[in-house]
Amino acid sequence: MTQEMWNYLFIGLTFAMYIGIAFRSKVASTSEYYVAGGGVSSFANGMATAADWMSAATFISMAGGIAASGYNASRFLMGWTGGFVLLTTLIVPYLRKFGKFTVVDFLGDRFESNIARVVGVICAIFICMTYIMGQMRGVGLVFSRLFDIEIATGVLIGSAIVFFYAGIGGMKGITYTQVAQYSVMVFAYTIPAVFISLLLTGNVVPQLGLIGDYTREGAEHAVPLLDKLNQLNTDLGFAKYTDGSLTTLDMFCITAALMCGTAGLPHVIVRFFTVKNVRAVRSSACWTLACISVIYLTAPAIGAFARTNFMAEVHENTYEELPEWFHNWEERGLIAWVDKNDDGLLQHRAGDVFEGRTPEYTDTLGAHGQRLISNPLTADTNEVYYDKDILVMANPEMADLPMWVVALVMAGCVAAALSTAAGLLLVLSTSISHDLMKKIVHPTMTDKHEVLYARLASFGSLVVAAYFGINPPSAIVAKTVAFAFGLAASSFFPTILLGVFSTRVNKHGAIAGMVTGIGFTFAYITYFQFYADHTNYWLGISPEGIGFVGMLLNFAVTLLVTAATPPPSREIQDMVRDIRVPNGARAATHQ
Amino acid sequence: MTDDPSHTPPPGPDRIRPEHKAHWRGSLRIVAGILLVWFTVSLGAGVLFRDTLDETLPNIGGAPFGFWMAQQGAILCFILLLLTYRFLMNRLDRAHGLEDRATGGDA
Repeated sequence: MTQEMWNYLFIGLTFAMYIGIAFRSKVASTSEYYVAGGGVSSFANGMATAADWMSAATFISMAGGIAASGYNASRFLMGWTGGFVLLTTLIVPYLRKFGKFTVVDFLGDRFESNIARVVGVICAIFICMTYIMGQMRGVGLVFSRLFDIEIATGVLIGSAIVFFYAGIGGMKGITYTQVAQYSVMVFAYTIPAVFISLLLTGNVVPQLGLIGDYTREGAEHAVPLLDKLNQLNTDLGFAKYTDGSLTTLDMFCITAALMCGTAGLPHVIVRFFTVKNVRAVRSSACWTLACISVIYLTAPAIGAFARTNFMAEVHENTYEELPEWFHNWEERGLIAWVDKNDDGLLQHRAGDVFEGRTPEYTDTLGAHGQRLISNPLTADTNEVYYDKDILVMANPEMADLPMWVVALVMAGCVAAALSTAAGLLLVLSTSISHDLMKKIVHPTMTDKHEVLYARLASFGSLVVAAYFGINPPSAIVAKTVAFAFGLAASSFFPTILLGVFSTRVNKHGAIAGMVTGIGFTFAYITYFQFYADHTNYWLGISPEGIGFVGMLLNFAVTLLVTAATPPPSREIQDMVRDIRVPNGARAATHQ
Repeated sequence: MTDDPSHTPPPGPDRIRPEHKAHWRGSLRIVAGILLVWFTVSLGAGVLFRDTLDETLPNIGGAPFGFWMAQQGAILCFILLLLTYRFLMNRLDRAHGLEDRATGGDA
C-alpha cells in the first residue's frame, strides 16, 4: 500500500467512527444537548475534556515550539496543565453543584443582573470565536497537505463533519466522539515519540530519554542529551536550550495568565457539568489532568529529540546525503535550503535565511537538486529554513517508522482540531440559544424550540468560523493565545471565584470588575499587537502575560466597588452558601 | 431530573446548618494548602527560583533541577495534588455527613 492509501484509510475509518457515534447519540432535549443529560462517567469525561482541551495548535505546534525555544516554552507546559489545579479547587465543583447549563447562567443568577449575563455572553463568544477560527484553519491545513486539495476545500470538509456530529449529537454526541478522538491522539503522539527516543537515547520511555544520555554515536561516546543539545546550540550560534530569554517577571505573568485563563475558559468548565455530582467532578478532574499530562509530558521530550536530530543530521552535510524526510518536506514546501556560500554543504545556524515568513519557491532547481526560492536573502549565515510544525509531523519519518504510523499521526492532527472545534461550537451555540435567546430575549420558549435555536446557532457560528478559517485575519489568529487566555483570565476566572468564595460581592462590583479587567486587557493587547510599532512593554510584560495584571485589576475593582455598595439579597447569599455544600447536586437544568 | 426531597432539604435560610459551616472552613483549609504547594512547584520552582535551584540542587538525570521542574516536575506534582485534593475532600464530606449517598458517585 502507498502512503496515500494508508492516509485515506485512517482518516476514513476515524471519520466513520465519529459520525457513527453522533448518530447513536442523537439528542432531543436541552438537557442532553447542553450537558449530555448529566450522566457521563468521570473517566469518559476526563478523556473527552482532554480531547476538547488539546487543540490542533497543541498537537501540531507545541513540540515544535518547545524545540525552537527550549526553557521559554515551559510557560505553556506549566500554564496549560497548572490551570487545572485552579479549575478543580476553585471553580468546577461549585458550578456543578449550582447545577445550571452554562457559565453565563451562574454570572446572571449570582449577580442578579442581565448586564452581567450580556457581558458574559460577549466574552464567551469572543473567546470561542478566536479559538475556533484557528481550529478550522488547522483542519484545512492538514487536509490540504494530505490530499493535495485547496485549504478552502479542506476547511469546508472539516466544517461539515463538525456540524454533523456537534449539531446533531449536541454535548452527548461530542462527549463520546471526543473519547474516541482522545484515543486516536494519544497513540498518534506517543508511538513516534517512543521510537525516536529509542533511536537517539536507547530509552523506551521518552520522558526518561529526555534526561538520559545521547547514545546515537555509540555507548562509549554517550553524553547527557541536554548537554549534547546545549553544545549543538552554542556551536551553531543559538542560545542554550536550557536557558530562558524572557525576563522572570514576564515569564511569571505569562505562566500565571495561562493558568488563570485555563480555569476561566467556558468550553472547559461546561465539560464538568456533564458528570453526575460533585464527587464525580473531583475524580473526573484527576482523569482529565492525567490524560492531558500523557501528551504534555511527552511534548518536551519530542521537542528536544527533534531539535537534536535535526541539527545533527542537517548541519555540514551535503544535500545529496540528507535523509529522505528532508526531501519529502522540502517537496511539501516546509523546508528550504539556500547555498549562500556555494560550498555544497548545508549550514544551519541562528538567524533568518531570507526575508518574509515563508519561502516563495521558483520552478527551477539548483545545482544540487534543491528547490530555489525567490525571497530576498538576509546577511545571516543560516542556510536552512524549516517550519517548526514539521518537527511533530516528520517525526515518524525521522525515526524510520512504517507508513501506517505516518497516517496515524495525520489522523491524530485531524482529531485534535475537530474535537476542540466541536467543544467550542457547543459553547457558542449555547451562548446564543440559551443565554441570549432563552434567558434574555424570549424566556417563554419551549425546550424543543431551544434545541432548534441551538442547532441554527451552531450552523451560523460554523459558517462564520469557516469563513475566517479560509480567509484568516492573520493578525488575530496568530494572537489567539494572548486574546483568549487574557480575556478568560481577566473576566470569567476572578468573577466566578469571588462569586463562590464571597457572599458579600454584589452585582455592581462584579460588573465593574469584569468591565475593567476585560477593558484593560483588551486595550493593552490591541495596542501592542496592532498599533504600536515598538515593544517597550509596560514593566516588560508582553501581551501574552497582561491577562494576569487584568485579573488583579478585576479583583481590586470588584472588591472596592462592592465595599461601597449594599450586599446582595438574602436569597443570593443563601444560594452561595448552598453551592458550597457538596452533596445533593441535581442534574443540570435551566430552571 | 431526580429531585429526591429525602436528601435535598428545601432551599431557604434553614438550609445552612452548623455542619455546613464547619465543612466550608475545612475545605478552605484544604484548598489553601493545595494552592500553596501548587504555587511553590510551578511558579516558584519553575520560574522565580529556577536559577537558584539549577545551581544548588542536584541534576535530575541530565537535566538541571529548575529546568526539569518547569518541563516535567511541575506537571507530575499537579497530578499528585489533584489526587490529594480528591482524597481529602471526600474524607471531609464523610466526616461531616455531607457525602452523596453510597450509590451517588462513580468515583
